Amino acid sequence: MTIFYFVAFLSIFFALMTIFTKNPVHSVLYLVITFFTFTVHYILLNAQFLAVVNFIVYMGAIMVLFLFVLMLLNLNKDIEPMRSNLVKIMGAVAGMCMLVTFLGAFKVIESNNEFVTGNSDVGLVKNLGKVLFDEFLLPFELSSILLLTAMVGAILLAKKETKEA
Amino acid sequence: MDNIIQNIQGIPLNHYLIFCSIIFSIGVIGVLIRRNVIIIMMSIELMLNSVNLLLAAFSAYRGDASGQVFVFFIMALAAAEVAVGLAIVIMVYRNTKSVDIESLSKLRW
Repeated sequence: MTIFYFVAFLSIFFALMTIFTKNPVHSVLYLVITFFTFTVHYILLNAQFLAVVNFIVYMGAIMVLFLFVLMLLNLNKDIEPMRSNLVKIMGAVAGMCMLVTFLGAFKVIESNNEFVTGNSDVGLVKNLGKVLFDEFLLPFELSSILLLTAMVGAILLAKKETKEA
Repeated sequence: MDNIIQNIQGIPLNHYLIFCSIIFSIGVIGVLIRRNVIIIMMSIELMLNSVNLLLAAFSAYRGDASGQVFVFFIMALAAAEVAVGLAIVIMVYRNTKSVDIESLSKLRW
Protein backbone atom coordinates (compact mmCIF):
# COMPACT_ATOMS: atom_id res chain seq x y z
CA MET A 1 0.00 0.00 0.00
CA THR A 2 2.81 2.40 0.78
CA ILE A 3 4.39 1.59 -2.58
CA PHE A 4 1.70 3.68 -4.30
CA TYR A 5 2.46 6.76 -2.22
CA PHE A 6 6.19 6.38 -2.72
CA VAL A 7 5.86 6.02 -6.51
CA ALA A 8 3.33 8.87 -6.64
CA PHE A 9 5.80 11.08 -4.81
CA LEU A 10 8.52 10.13 -7.28
CA SER A 11 6.20 10.88 -10.24
CA ILE A 12 5.34 14.33 -8.94
CA PHE A 13 8.97 15.10 -8.10
CA PHE A 14 10.29 14.13 -11.52
CA ALA A 15 7.39 15.85 -13.31
CA LEU A 16 8.31 19.06 -11.48
CA MET A 17 11.96 18.57 -12.41
CA THR A 18 10.88 18.13 -16.04
CA ILE A 19 9.29 21.53 -16.31
CA PHE A 20 11.76 23.44 -14.11
CA THR A 21 15.09 22.19 -15.46
CA LYS A 22 16.76 24.68 -17.79
CA ASN A 23 18.65 22.19 -19.92
CA PRO A 24 16.25 20.60 -22.45
CA VAL A 25 18.16 17.31 -22.58
CA HIS A 26 17.92 16.89 -18.80
CA SER A 27 14.24 17.71 -19.13
CA VAL A 28 13.74 14.82 -21.55
CA LEU A 29 15.62 12.43 -19.27
CA TYR A 30 13.50 13.44 -16.27
CA LEU A 31 10.40 12.88 -18.40
CA VAL A 32 11.64 9.36 -19.17
CA ILE A 33 11.90 8.66 -15.43
CA THR A 34 8.40 10.09 -14.93
CA PHE A 35 7.03 7.73 -17.57
CA PHE A 36 8.82 4.84 -15.91
CA THR A 37 7.05 5.61 -12.64
CA PHE A 38 3.79 5.64 -14.60
CA THR A 39 4.63 2.15 -15.82
CA VAL A 40 5.03 1.10 -12.19
CA HIS A 41 1.60 2.59 -11.50
CA TYR A 42 0.09 0.47 -14.27
CA ILE A 43 1.71 -2.66 -12.84
CA LEU A 44 0.29 -1.79 -9.43
CA LEU A 45 -3.16 -1.51 -11.02
CA ASN A 46 -2.64 -4.96 -12.58
CA ALA A 47 -2.96 -3.42 -16.05
CA GLN A 48 -0.18 -5.48 -17.55
CA PHE A 49 -0.91 -4.75 -21.21
CA LEU A 50 -0.89 -1.01 -20.59
CA ALA A 51 2.33 -1.28 -18.60
CA VAL A 52 4.10 -2.98 -21.49
CA VAL A 53 2.65 -0.62 -24.09
CA ASN A 54 3.52 2.41 -21.98
CA PHE A 55 7.06 1.12 -21.61
CA ILE A 56 7.53 0.45 -25.33
CA VAL A 57 5.58 3.30 -26.91
CA TYR A 58 6.22 6.16 -24.50
CA MET A 59 9.66 5.39 -23.10
CA GLY A 60 10.87 3.71 -26.27
CA ALA A 61 9.42 5.50 -29.25
CA ILE A 62 8.20 8.92 -28.17
CA MET A 63 11.10 9.75 -25.89
CA VAL A 64 13.67 8.67 -28.49
CA LEU A 65 11.87 10.96 -30.94
CA PHE A 66 12.11 13.90 -28.51
CA LEU A 67 15.77 13.23 -27.74
CA PHE A 68 16.58 12.83 -31.40
CA VAL A 69 14.96 16.13 -32.35
CA LEU A 70 16.69 17.91 -29.46
CA MET A 71 20.08 16.64 -30.56
CA LEU A 72 19.29 17.39 -34.21
CA LEU A 73 18.52 21.01 -33.37
CA ASN A 74 21.65 21.31 -31.21
CA LEU A 75 20.02 23.25 -28.40
CA ASN A 76 21.76 23.98 -25.15
CA LYS A 77 21.24 25.85 -21.93
CA ASP A 78 22.77 29.09 -23.15
CA ILE A 79 20.28 29.77 -25.92
CA GLU A 80 17.30 28.37 -24.02
CA PRO A 81 14.54 31.00 -24.22
CA MET A 82 13.02 31.73 -20.82
CA ARG A 83 9.94 33.70 -19.91
CA SER A 84 10.12 36.68 -17.57
CA ASN A 85 9.65 36.06 -13.87
CA LEU A 86 6.28 37.81 -13.82
CA VAL A 87 4.87 35.49 -16.48
CA LYS A 88 6.34 32.49 -14.66
CA ILE A 89 4.67 33.43 -11.38
CA MET A 90 1.39 34.12 -13.16
CA GLY A 91 1.56 30.75 -14.88
CA ALA A 92 2.27 28.93 -11.64
CA VAL A 93 -0.60 30.72 -9.88
CA ALA A 94 -2.97 29.91 -12.73
CA GLY A 95 -2.00 26.24 -12.60
CA MET A 96 -2.46 26.13 -8.85
CA CYS A 97 -5.89 27.75 -9.21
CA MET A 98 -6.85 25.00 -11.65
CA LEU A 99 -5.61 22.36 -9.24
CA VAL A 100 -7.65 23.85 -6.39
CA THR A 101 -10.71 23.94 -8.65
CA PHE A 102 -10.23 20.26 -9.48
CA LEU A 103 -9.81 19.27 -5.84
CA GLY A 104 -12.86 21.31 -4.84
CA ALA A 105 -14.92 19.66 -7.58
CA PHE A 106 -13.83 16.20 -6.43
CA LYS A 107 -14.75 17.11 -2.87
CA VAL A 108 -18.21 18.25 -3.95
CA ILE A 109 -19.04 15.16 -5.98
CA GLU A 110 -17.85 13.04 -3.06
CA SER A 111 -16.82 9.99 -4.98
CA ASN A 112 -17.27 7.11 -2.65
CA ASN A 113 -14.08 6.39 -0.83
CA GLU A 114 -13.95 2.72 -1.56
CA PHE A 115 -10.75 0.99 -2.38
CA VAL A 116 -9.35 0.27 -5.81
CA THR A 117 -9.51 -3.48 -6.08
CA GLY A 118 -7.04 -4.10 -8.88
CA ASN A 119 -7.42 -7.86 -8.52
CA SER A 120 -9.82 -8.23 -11.43
CA ASP A 121 -8.15 -9.53 -14.56
CA VAL A 122 -9.51 -6.89 -16.97
CA GLY A 123 -6.02 -5.59 -17.65
CA LEU A 124 -4.59 -8.85 -18.94
CA VAL A 125 -3.70 -9.16 -22.60
CA LYS A 126 -6.20 -11.94 -23.27
CA ASN A 127 -9.10 -10.00 -21.85
CA LEU A 128 -8.20 -6.70 -23.52
CA GLY A 129 -7.68 -8.43 -26.85
CA LYS A 130 -11.18 -9.85 -26.73
CA VAL A 131 -12.69 -6.42 -26.06
CA LEU A 132 -10.46 -4.65 -28.58
CA PHE A 133 -11.25 -6.96 -31.49
CA ASP A 134 -14.91 -7.31 -30.69
CA GLU A 135 -16.47 -4.08 -29.46
CA PHE A 136 -13.78 -1.68 -30.63
CA LEU A 137 -12.85 -3.24 -33.96
CA LEU A 138 -13.85 -0.24 -36.10
CA PRO A 139 -11.97 2.37 -33.99
CA PHE A 140 -8.99 0.05 -33.98
CA GLU A 141 -8.91 -0.09 -37.76
CA LEU A 142 -9.48 3.66 -38.00
CA SER A 143 -6.52 4.30 -35.73
CA SER A 144 -4.32 2.57 -38.29
CA ILE A 145 -5.46 5.13 -40.87
CA LEU A 146 -4.69 7.87 -38.35
CA LEU A 147 -1.16 6.57 -37.88
CA LEU A 148 -0.65 6.29 -41.65
CA THR A 149 -1.84 9.88 -42.12
CA ALA A 150 0.44 11.08 -39.35
CA MET A 151 3.41 9.30 -40.90
CA VAL A 152 2.77 10.81 -44.32
CA GLY A 153 2.24 14.24 -42.79
CA ALA A 154 5.39 14.09 -40.71
CA ILE A 155 7.55 13.08 -43.66
CA LEU A 156 5.97 15.74 -45.87
CA LEU A 157 6.51 18.47 -43.27
CA ALA A 158 10.07 17.59 -42.35
CA LYS A 159 11.27 17.02 -45.90
CA LYS A 160 13.47 19.74 -47.33
CA GLU A 161 11.70 21.67 -50.04
CA THR A 162 13.20 21.12 -53.44
CA LYS A 163 14.06 24.01 -55.69
CA GLU A 164 11.70 23.32 -58.53
CA ALA A 165 8.67 22.99 -56.28
CA MET B 1 1.97 -11.29 -8.30
CA ASP B 2 -0.35 -11.73 -5.33
CA ASN B 3 2.00 -9.59 -3.34
CA ILE B 4 1.63 -6.69 -5.76
CA ILE B 5 -2.14 -7.08 -5.85
CA GLN B 6 -2.32 -6.92 -2.09
CA ASN B 7 -0.26 -3.76 -2.21
CA ILE B 8 -2.77 -1.88 -4.33
CA GLN B 9 -5.75 -2.86 -2.22
CA GLY B 10 -6.45 -0.19 0.33
CA ILE B 11 -5.83 2.84 -1.87
CA PRO B 12 -8.95 4.97 -2.13
CA LEU B 13 -10.02 6.08 -5.59
CA ASN B 14 -9.86 9.67 -4.34
CA HIS B 15 -6.11 9.45 -3.99
CA TYR B 16 -5.80 8.52 -7.64
CA LEU B 17 -8.00 11.50 -8.53
CA ILE B 18 -5.83 13.85 -6.46
CA PHE B 19 -2.57 12.44 -7.80
CA CYS B 20 -3.67 12.67 -11.42
CA SER B 21 -4.95 16.24 -10.98
CA ILE B 22 -1.57 17.24 -9.55
CA ILE B 23 0.29 15.77 -12.52
CA PHE B 24 -2.18 17.40 -14.94
CA SER B 25 -1.68 20.79 -13.25
CA ILE B 26 2.09 20.38 -13.48
CA GLY B 27 1.63 19.85 -17.22
CA VAL B 28 -0.50 23.00 -17.50
CA ILE B 29 2.06 25.02 -15.55
CA GLY B 30 4.77 23.69 -17.85
CA VAL B 31 2.87 24.88 -20.91
CA LEU B 32 2.40 28.31 -19.36
CA ILE B 33 5.91 29.01 -18.08
CA ARG B 34 8.18 27.62 -20.80
CA ARG B 35 8.95 29.10 -24.21
CA ASN B 36 10.75 26.16 -25.77
CA VAL B 37 8.27 24.43 -28.08
CA ILE B 38 9.71 20.99 -27.37
CA ILE B 39 9.31 21.39 -23.61
CA ILE B 40 5.73 22.57 -24.17
CA MET B 41 5.04 19.37 -26.12
CA MET B 42 6.58 17.35 -23.29
CA SER B 43 4.21 19.04 -20.85
CA ILE B 44 1.33 18.06 -23.10
CA GLU B 45 2.58 14.47 -22.91
CA LEU B 46 2.50 14.75 -19.12
CA MET B 47 -1.14 15.85 -19.25
CA LEU B 48 -2.07 12.99 -21.60
CA ASN B 49 -0.34 10.51 -19.32
CA SER B 50 -2.11 11.69 -16.19
CA VAL B 51 -5.46 11.22 -17.91
CA ASN B 52 -4.35 7.77 -19.08
CA LEU B 53 -3.51 6.71 -15.56
CA LEU B 54 -6.84 7.97 -14.27
CA LEU B 55 -8.73 6.05 -16.97
CA ALA B 56 -6.80 2.90 -16.08
CA ALA B 57 -7.50 3.41 -12.37
CA PHE B 58 -11.24 3.80 -12.98
CA SER B 59 -11.17 0.79 -15.28
CA ALA B 60 -9.52 -1.38 -12.63
CA TYR B 61 -11.87 -0.01 -10.02
CA ARG B 62 -15.03 -0.75 -12.00
CA GLY B 63 -13.76 -3.98 -13.53
CA ASP B 64 -14.61 -2.62 -16.98
CA ALA B 65 -12.09 -3.10 -19.78
CA SER B 66 -13.33 -0.18 -21.92
CA GLY B 67 -11.23 2.34 -20.02
CA GLN B 68 -8.03 0.51 -20.79
CA VAL B 69 -8.97 0.27 -24.47
CA PHE B 70 -9.44 4.05 -24.49
CA VAL B 71 -5.97 4.41 -22.99
CA PHE B 72 -4.64 2.32 -25.86
CA PHE B 73 -6.26 4.64 -28.41
CA ILE B 74 -4.98 7.72 -26.59
CA MET B 75 -1.46 6.31 -26.80
CA ALA B 76 -1.80 5.81 -30.57
CA LEU B 77 -3.07 9.37 -30.87
CA ALA B 78 -0.20 10.71 -28.75
CA ALA B 79 2.32 8.98 -30.99
CA ALA B 80 0.75 10.53 -34.10
CA GLU B 81 0.59 13.95 -32.44
CA VAL B 82 4.23 13.87 -31.40
CA ALA B 83 5.39 12.81 -34.85
CA VAL B 84 3.52 15.62 -36.62
CA GLY B 85 4.35 18.17 -33.91
CA LEU B 86 8.07 17.50 -33.98
CA ALA B 87 8.06 17.67 -37.79
CA ILE B 88 6.46 21.12 -37.50
CA VAL B 89 9.08 22.12 -34.91
CA ILE B 90 11.87 21.07 -37.26
CA MET B 91 10.30 23.04 -40.10
CA VAL B 92 9.94 26.14 -37.90
CA TYR B 93 13.52 25.78 -36.71
CA ARG B 94 14.72 25.58 -40.31
CA ASN B 95 12.95 28.84 -41.13
CA THR B 96 13.56 30.88 -37.97
CA LYS B 97 16.63 29.23 -36.39
CA SER B 98 14.94 29.05 -33.01
CA VAL B 99 12.47 26.91 -31.08
CA ASP B 100 11.03 29.91 -29.25
CA ILE B 101 7.24 29.84 -29.26
CA GLU B 102 7.27 33.65 -29.60
CA SER B 103 8.87 33.29 -33.01
CA LEU B 104 5.55 31.93 -34.21
CA SER B 105 3.74 35.14 -33.29
CA LYS B 106 4.48 36.51 -36.76
CA LEU B 107 2.19 33.96 -38.40
CA ARG B 108 -0.39 35.50 -40.68
CA TRP B 109 -3.60 33.95 -41.91
